[in-house]
Amino acid sequence: MEYDVVIGLETHVELATKTKMYCGCKNVFGGRANSNCCEICLGMPGTLPTVNKKAVELAVKAGLAFGCRINTKTSFARKNYFYPDLPKSYQISQDSQPICQGGFLEILLENGQKSKRINLRQIHLEEDAGKLIHNEEFGVALVDYNRGGVPLIEVVTMPDLCSEQEVKAYLETLKNALVCLGVSDCRMQEGSMRCDVNISLKPAGSQQLGTRCEIKNVGSFSGAVRAVECEVARQKRILESGGEIEQITMRWDEEKGENVVMRKKEEALDYRYFEEPDIPVVELKESEIEQIRADLPELPNAKLARLIKDFDLLYVEANLLATSPEKCELFEELATALKCDAKKACNWILGDVTRILNERDAQLRESKLTASKLGELLLLIEEGQISNTAGKTVLEEIMWAEVTPQEVVAQKGLAQVSDEQALRAIAAEVLQENPQVQQLYAKGKTNILGFAVGQCMKRSGGRGNPVIFKEIIAKLITN
Amino acid sequence: MNLNEKTATELIKLLNSKACSAVEVITDVFSRIKKVEPEIEAFITLTEESAQKQAKEVDEKRARGEELGPLAGVPVAIKDVICTKGVKTTAASKILKDFVPTYDATVVKALQSAGAVFVGKTNLDEFAMGSSCETSYFKQTKNPCNTEYVPGGSSGGSAAAVAAHETVLALGTDTGGSVRLPAHFCGIAALRPTYGRVSRFGVIPMCSSFDQVGPMGKTVRDLELLFDVVKGADPKDATSFEHEDEKNAKFDIKSLKIGVPKEFFGEIIDPDVREQTLKFVEALKHSGAQVIEVSIPHIDYLLPTYYTISTIEVASNLARYSGTQFGFRSQTFKNLEEMYENTREEGLGAEAKRRIILGTFLSSAASGEDFLGRAIEAKRELAQAYSEVFEVCDLLVTPTSTTPAFKLGEVTDPEKMHATDLPTVGPSILAIPALTLPCGFAPNGLPVGAQLIGKRCEEQLLFEVGKFYEENCR
Repeated sequence: MEYDVVIGLETHVELATKTKMYCGCKNVFGGRANSNCCEICLGMPGTLPTVNKKAVELAVKAGLAFGCRINTKTSFARKNYFYPDLPKSYQISQDSQPICQGGFLEILLENGQKSKRINLRQIHLEEDAGKLIHNEEFGVALVDYNRGGVPLIEVVTMPDLCSEQEVKAYLETLKNALVCLGVSDCRMQEGSMRCDVNISLKPAGSQQLGTRCEIKNVGSFSGAVRAVECEVARQKRILESGGEIEQITMRWDEEKGENVVMRKKEEALDYRYFEEPDIPVVELKESEIEQIRADLPELPNAKLARLIKDFDLLYVEANLLATSPEKCELFEELATALKCDAKKACNWILGDVTRILNERDAQLRESKLTASKLGELLLLIEEGQISNTAGKTVLEEIMWAEVTPQEVVAQKGLAQVSDEQALRAIAAEVLQENPQVQQLYAKGKTNILGFAVGQCMKRSGGRGNPVIFKEIIAKLITN
Repeated sequence: MNLNEKTATELIKLLNSKACSAVEVITDVFSRIKKVEPEIEAFITLTEESAQKQAKEVDEKRARGEELGPLAGVPVAIKDVICTKGVKTTAASKILKDFVPTYDATVVKALQSAGAVFVGKTNLDEFAMGSSCETSYFKQTKNPCNTEYVPGGSSGGSAAAVAAHETVLALGTDTGGSVRLPAHFCGIAALRPTYGRVSRFGVIPMCSSFDQVGPMGKTVRDLELLFDVVKGADPKDATSFEHEDEKNAKFDIKSLKIGVPKEFFGEIIDPDVREQTLKFVEALKHSGAQVIEVSIPHIDYLLPTYYTISTIEVASNLARYSGTQFGFRSQTFKNLEEMYENTREEGLGAEAKRRIILGTFLSSAASGEDFLGRAIEAKRELAQAYSEVFEVCDLLVTPTSTTPAFKLGEVTDPEKMHATDLPTVGPSILAIPALTLPCGFAPNGLPVGAQLIGKRCEEQLLFEVGKFYEENCR
């Protein structure tokens, strides 16, 4: 029996605000336990929440970027349950009037060959809970409330995903978009992006959905993929042996590499949602929304499509640029304003520039490379003033020092020798010492020329113009 | 001079004219406290030392010719559900019996700026839930008019302290009538402001949609003084807002239209309470006011609507008392579940538990009905009914409660207890102001207070009518 997999995702993303959602504590990761909380986010008696305007703005920004409908009247609600990481014993979230409804994300599959629309149900605002740390030695659980009250948006999809590959593509697309928008830094290792996965199986082609199970708190892309694989396999096993799926909630355990049962349906929590009486309905002006819309940057997927179309780049290279804002900016300046060859600019940036940055584990903004410096370098190579190889040496210098390519070429004497006479002398020497070149070439092995050029380059200390070397050698051999 | 018996208005005159000092005032108040408090038991915590310091500071500032706040040197008592930094704040519950806040409620800060002198924290029904002050974990406050009787609740301690001259002014909180009912039982005045006019930051919540801090005092003029200090928008309370009260308008009793809703003068009201309240209306009519009989249908929606909404919010507001990050925690438990269960079993009183269970049920999916939705519908219909009535009159007069004060231990049926709130829950549900002032006595000597109900933000009109009555009709 063939089964369709039906997956819906709820992704929690910490917002890039200065302060927490309902109080003035700083929104920062880490720090000594319980050093970043106040009476409000600790839920002390009599304290009241006040809404962080910036958090609302960032949620609207995400909503606009994903084509959601923005609710100009949005309200908050209490989600009631007992757990030590939740100081008030309720979370202030949203229920009847979430900030954004509808919308979609376009994901790319099979290296850009296929695209699929994943519809969103809504995006809503809420606050994060504290962190429980289990201390085995003393048999206690310790609570750190630093994270309590940090603003979150929860992005909820419709059950449109069908495989772990789609889940991965969706999470990557979502992350890249939110980082590009400045809504979140999406650092999964710091917990600023986590997701809950809802999975059910149904007989292929059937309209009836199966019983859904939930896997909570997945904190990495690879974890999401494996959690889905495990759960799909588990549900398949049960259905194929004639059993029925029980509605359960699980937690993905990264260390064990498996889904651990948290609770079953009978223990399902009733959150008794009701509108938050301490926060009046928040009303947004159309002009405020339009201002946010006007300031939206181009999203990675749109950028990707444009790079492929306008610059004739391959999917893989366009995708790398689209998801690296700084490198993309550099590329576009070179390819448009400075009129460099797009392909060459792309290769240099994704090739040697990236390699050099990675050696120092640095970001492009930390280097001294500018579009004009790189453009100048490309021009020198284009005009034949220096070889490609010499170009790499120049690049090493201009990346980290306040020097221009011209200066480096002069300093290091890298100017390419194009003088035919000088080069002919070297080429003649090389051919003399390597008689097999002429022999193999005569037999039709034309790529022996490459070897010969290489030898010439060596003998010239890398300064000979390889293009001219090749011409000269070819002439000498065929004569 | 019997300074402790003066009103705030009188004291301010005396202090300004230097006829007495703030230290003399507070000393007299505390000697009164020493005399009657063992019997009245209005206070959970007394802050005599700091009060003396505050009074001294006021006198020194006055001597230096420095500017003083509008309540400089006036003794004020604070209901123990309002947080005071560094001073135990218990909500009269075992679960907070040792809780010391690290923050002041906004209204406390306002009083400090005004130069008030804090007498102490007054007793109440646990977590402000009750009409008799009998559910306090600590002690039983008595009605100073007759100590065999309850002072009313939940702000029973504040009312008794004012009535017994153990303080000059007091702050209480009113959710379904909790400043008005004890004022009526003890023969003093109290105001329930329009919801949102006084900050709730630092006020331990019972029902967040209905709670308001209410001034309590010996006269309506004193209420106005205190209200003017604590009112105002607070950035820490998103439900608060600013409103300017018109102080300069000339009040003319002859242009006043008083609505008397017949449903609040029927069989459900004790005949003595009814008689005294009607006498109050007569007195105003005699002075030239127009009295119009009106009708408010749906009064049988009032208590169910109030108790549905308030218990649902109580269940949520009291959930944080779990022994986790503050307050009392049970010593006997083997796991998390038991810690929660035993802490709340041992730490909360019966009425608190009753309302938490009811509120949890009413808001749960298992109840099978959307009780909250129905209560909201009923609230809409009530709002419509009251607004139609307010089109033909400026304010309403009703009794404050169905009964005068009853004896300690007399009312044991929780439903009967809740029913005493019938005349007061309306303004709470509709976010309109209401003021109770003494208007007579029942034959057994217990006081009766009439309730004035105004349109939204029309506290000033209530003050003017109250002051007029006090000055011309008593």
